[in-house]
Amino acid sequence: MTRAVHVPARHESANAHVSGRAVYLDDMPEPPGLLHAALVLSPHARARIVAIDLSAARALPGVVAVAAGDIPGVNDIAPIRTNEPLLAAGEADYVGHPVAAVAAPTLDAARAAAALVRVEYEVLPALLDLDAAYEAGARVAPDQQVGRGDVAAALAGAPLRLSGEVRCGGQDHFYLEGQIAIAIPGEDRDMLVHSSTQHPTEAQHGVARVLGLPFAAVTVEVRRMGGAFGGKESQATIVAAIAALLAHHARKPVKLRLPREVDMEATGKRHPFRVRWEAGFDGDGRIAGLDMEFAADCGNVADLSPAVVSRALCHADNCYFIPATRFRGVLVKTNTVSNTAFRGFGAPQGMLAIEVVMDEIARHLGQPIEVVRAANHYGAAPRNITPYGQEVEDSLIEEAMAHLDAKANLAAWRTEIDAFNAQSPVIRKGLATMPIKFGVSFNLTTLNQAGALVHVYTDGSVHLNHGGTEMGQGLFVKVAQVVADAFGIPLDHVRVSATSTAKVPNTSPTAASSGSDLNGMAALIAAKEIRGRMAGVAAAHFGAPVEEVVFAEGRVSVGNRSLSFGEAAHMAWQQRVPLSATGFYKTPKIHFDMAKSEGRPFYYYTYGAAAAEVAVDTLSGAVRVLRAEIVGDCGRSLNPAIDIGQIEGAFVQGMGWLTCEELKWDARGRLATRGPSTYKIPGSRDVPPVLNVHLLDKPNAEETVLRSKAVGEPPLMLAISVWLAIRDALAGLPGDGPVHLDAPATPERVLAAVAARREGQARA
Amino acid sequence: MAIAFVLNGERIEVADAAPSMTVLDFLRTRRRLTGTKEGCAEGDCGACTIALGRQESGAARWQVANSCILLLSQIDGSEVKTVEGLAGPSGLHPVQTVLAESDGTQCGFCTPGIVMSLYALAQERAGETPVSDADIHEALAGNLCRCTGYRPIVDAARALCAAPPVAEPESVPPVAGTRIAGQGELHLVPQTLAELVALRSAYPDAVLIAGATDLGLIPAKKRQGFPLAISTRRVTELKRMGWEGDQLVLGAAVTYADGLETVEAAFPAFGALIRRIGSRQIRTMGTFGGNLGTASPVGDTLPVLLALDAEVELAGPAGVRRMKVAEFLTGYRQTALARDEVIAALRLPRLAEGEELFAWKLSRRFDQDISTLLGAFRVRVDGGRMAALAAAFGGMADRAKRAPALEALVIGAPWGDIPPGGIEAALDADFAPLSDHRASAAYRQAAAANLVRRLHLATTRPGVLLELEAL
Repeated sequence: MTRAVHVPARHESANAHVSGRAVYLDDMPEPPGLLHAALVLSPHARARIVAIDLSAARALPGVVAVAAGDIPGVNDIAPIRTNEPLLAAGEADYVGHPVAAVAAPTLDAARAAAALVRVEYEVLPALLDLDAAYEAGARVAPDQQVGRGDVAAALAGAPLRLSGEVRCGGQDHFYLEGQIAIAIPGEDRDMLVHSSTQHPTEAQHGVARVLGLPFAAVTVEVRRMGGAFGGKESQATIVAAIAALLAHHARKPVKLRLPREVDMEATGKRHPFRVRWEAGFDGDGRIAGLDMEFAADCGNVADLSPAVVSRALCHADNCYFIPATRFRGVLVKTNTVSNTAFRGFGAPQGMLAIEVVMDEIARHLGQPIEVVRAANHYGAAPRNITPYGQEVEDSLIEEAMAHLDAKANLAAWRTEIDAFNAQSPVIRKGLATMPIKFGVSFNLTTLNQAGALVHVYTDGSVHLNHGGTEMGQGLFVKVAQVVADAFGIPLDHVRVSATSTAKVPNTSPTAASSGSDLNGMAALIAAKEIRGRMAGVAAAHFGAPVEEVVFAEGRVSVGNRSLSFGEAAHMAWQQRVPLSATGFYKTPKIHFDMAKSEGRPFYYYTYGAAAAEVAVDTLSGAVRVLRAEIVGDCGRSLNPAIDIGQIEGAFVQGMGWLTCEELKWDARGRLATRGPSTYKIPGSRDVPPVLNVHLLDKPNAEETVLRSKAVGEPPLMLAISVWLAIRDALAGLPGDGPVHLDAPATPERVLAAVAARREGQARA
Repeated sequence: MAIAFVLNGERIEVADAAPSMTVLDFLRTRRRLTGTKEGCAEGDCGACTIALGRQESGAARWQVANSCILLLSQIDGSEVKTVEGLAGPSGLHPVQTVLAESDGTQCGFCTPGIVMSLYALAQERAGETPVSDADIHEALAGNLCRCTGYRPIVDAARALCAAPPVAEPESVPPVAGTRIAGQGELHLVPQTLAELVALRSAYPDAVLIAGATDLGLIPAKKRQGFPLAISTRRVTELKRMGWEGDQLVLGAAVTYADGLETVEAAFPAFGALIRRIGSRQIRTMGTFGGNLGTASPVGDTLPVLLALDAEVELAGPAGVRRMKVAEFLTGYRQTALARDEVIAALRLPRLAEGEELFAWKLSRRFDQDISTLLGAFRVRVDGGRMAALAAAFGGMADRAKRAPALEALVIGAPWGDIPPGGIEAALDADFAPLSDHRASAAYRQAAAANLVRRLHLATTRPGVLLELEAL
């Protein structure tokens, strides 16, 4: 038997997925008396709620209807700040803002009842546009700043200066399973909520606050989600809490499943950013000073925006040491749905911005971007301190790029591109690379903790539970591998079970790529605790020192004498040795002063590099990605199959953000792209036909779980290579106009950029 | 009559459901077959994909369909297979095993739909020459996955098509009914054109169902049924297809899937375009007549029909009349169809000697996307001059339209170099496009002019690469 870790193992639900037997919330047998719920959404971007009349809806048989006034507890589900109502109270703040909710015996009856809710609005002027809201001073939270040194002096003293502006759009998560929760009232005001949530504890707190219950009275459970990507962190709490509020009033179970259109309209997305920058540098491209302002469109409330902007500012350095920096974050309030967590959590916007700076400097100097980047790479002291004060101790920046070059032969690739372009006037190719350095740990130190619960039964089978949630990313199989490895038993002896606030309390969200780092370590600690006790039993049995007891091959051995793992477990039980343990882990070494944006927020960095080749149709603006070579850094990968799946999936999702996915609002502030017919995520043909992933396979320098590294988010930013490659294709066009491209690079934006490059000014 | 069909090998009759209940709702709520998922309820994401075997289709035994916008009355007399129907008593179906072993699932929510698309592809193509990546992408175009990045799914598709087909028992579907009633709704399924015309005259307010890939959104999203509907799907005369003299006749009820091969043989550019209409799931149900009847301003096939100067056959109580498609389209989703008429067929003229047809669709995504803009051109270049041009565009006006100013500018003119600025001016005279969430008016105008430039290059400089997909 090989070890259970560092080997490819399939997703633990793969067979259930392909057979259709994997149970998602909407597939659960419906409890007797279940009511189905529907939301009443504001049709106005900003309006005073003059009156809400629920009487017509309530007059229907079996219908329960609620508005803000029906909340017995507190109408506030803010995850970071306060005053973020569950149901709009006083004022509705965006088109799609939930104002009321109804529940009825059938889904059709619920939708009919929702249509009968009468809301009288007094329409107020709304801020729909980031620029206008920025100018108006509308903010959801105070500005942030990360930086050091005298930026003004550095800019003034630099031989060369450039400035610019770049924008990137939002992104809908488009998890295939929409937001859903089923709330089941129990005895004595208890509430059990099945929620498709990445953050069961926050859903628990949200439900308890809204219902005025102690946290202990609310249990939130989730076996699996049909995708989440950050969209089911704070946003799932809204759905869970509304279901629970309706269930509380109905005294019956209530299911709230958002239809796709409502899901897209009423729940938050990735933040669009506008970045303005000014850089001072020398003839080698080495930056002396960099001033960047990140204006984030946060939507109507703060939600997680302060943390998102904080991560953006802490990733705007990417791989580069910049002596004097000022990265300012402006958290702009608009009357659109509140933006929220999305894979990368601000880092993609931060990295995209600095890569534009690199690209512009490189073009200004007539150098390859790789040369300019290398002049600025983090290196030996004193060039190893980030603007927020963390020392870069474990850099694989140059190693990742070298690995990429070894696998892809960038010079030869570039020659091929140039040769193609020399004979192709309409279809033009571009090639670009993208390095990343991504900090792993929640910026908020407190969240970097996890708990696990492990039971060994007397037949040697193992029940595993932890605070992490399974959204498809393969967390459950990875943590099970860690536990199986600790006990030296086959993976299929470990059963994973639904995440529940009743089993492991006070958990952090499964977010920030931290799922296996935190929960894997907590589970390992619990498993080691039990293993230590079992080793004691086995040592006594064999009359050998405990240090000589080995757990491997499904056996507990000393020399050539052994017991099966099950026999050893049974023996421990007979001797009244406990076979259950909790494990608790907190990430060491980290600290961060949020007010000053200073400290060591990240336990370690993960690195990576990618190169992408694109072809641009200069007559239509259409783009096709032809090839991507990706170097991923997963440390000592716990499961290469899962990690490669995460890398490929994140890369393609990042491509979507930067190319085909575009959110559009109409003039009244209503989202116009409310379904897959209008909001286009990548399809199978959009994936580069040549897509190779290479893992660095270097143990983490820090003592993470079996020296692995986080994988969920970082590769999304490698897709910036695709967007830079489009810019490269533009730059290669005959013409001396600017290369200006915002994201997403839709055919419309690309065609306009082609015209601008060719003519020196925008036409389309 | 009750609705009767074979579901996963079991013959069932449904008497207590509305004919316009969606098949997805039926599967999930009435049969508790919850493997089939709702991801979007608009026939786009493919999580609800099922396999359908229909007597009226001449194509492969199993075709995929979006159960979320498929009405129960549309599957009367058919065979339906869901993800639950694949696994046998001995375990998973090879499609399921291969997908799982390829690490082709992450969150798993799209997986049942992907399994069904791969199943239909493998049953159709197994044992044939190696299946190209383009064919695999075409088969997967109607299935969105947000987790994997598709690479392992495409790998699974390759492996499956390389394996021999999996034998499966024949089954005899029940005889389809002509009147399907339930829950106060009545859906009529005539078998002859005479019956159809008689019903249309008798019930001019009935909803005419010709695939329901558009209408299906009403029960799916608005959750409203059709109390009275007439289906064209079993009308023999409306299923006809073939050359009649110099015209290719396509019955109005011919689905894209069934008509593709014939159309592609006659007009390769039209065939390539049809492969980009919706997805396989949509093309299983969508019909040429339905597309024309909808008269959408984009209207995927409509610019091609206009460029070909095609005719439409309209059948009514007074008999059959013919009309140019250009006259048939009268405005935004408006046609010249009388209340008591139905579209019977399309008639596509054969290309004249020296003529070529080009059609280009511009969209945000290559597959399964509504056109931002679509241009179709029937051209004959002779002696360096544009001897003949019929140019039509979708997405540029309230309806698909010919471009008379452009045609006037170009016909007879030297075609060696196109007049700079002249194209823009002509298109400005022809069209005043709108800005919407797909694109701005400025993009549409610029891109339309560039389609003419593309046409110029395609007809004068054959060596110049023009298609991204050719790479």
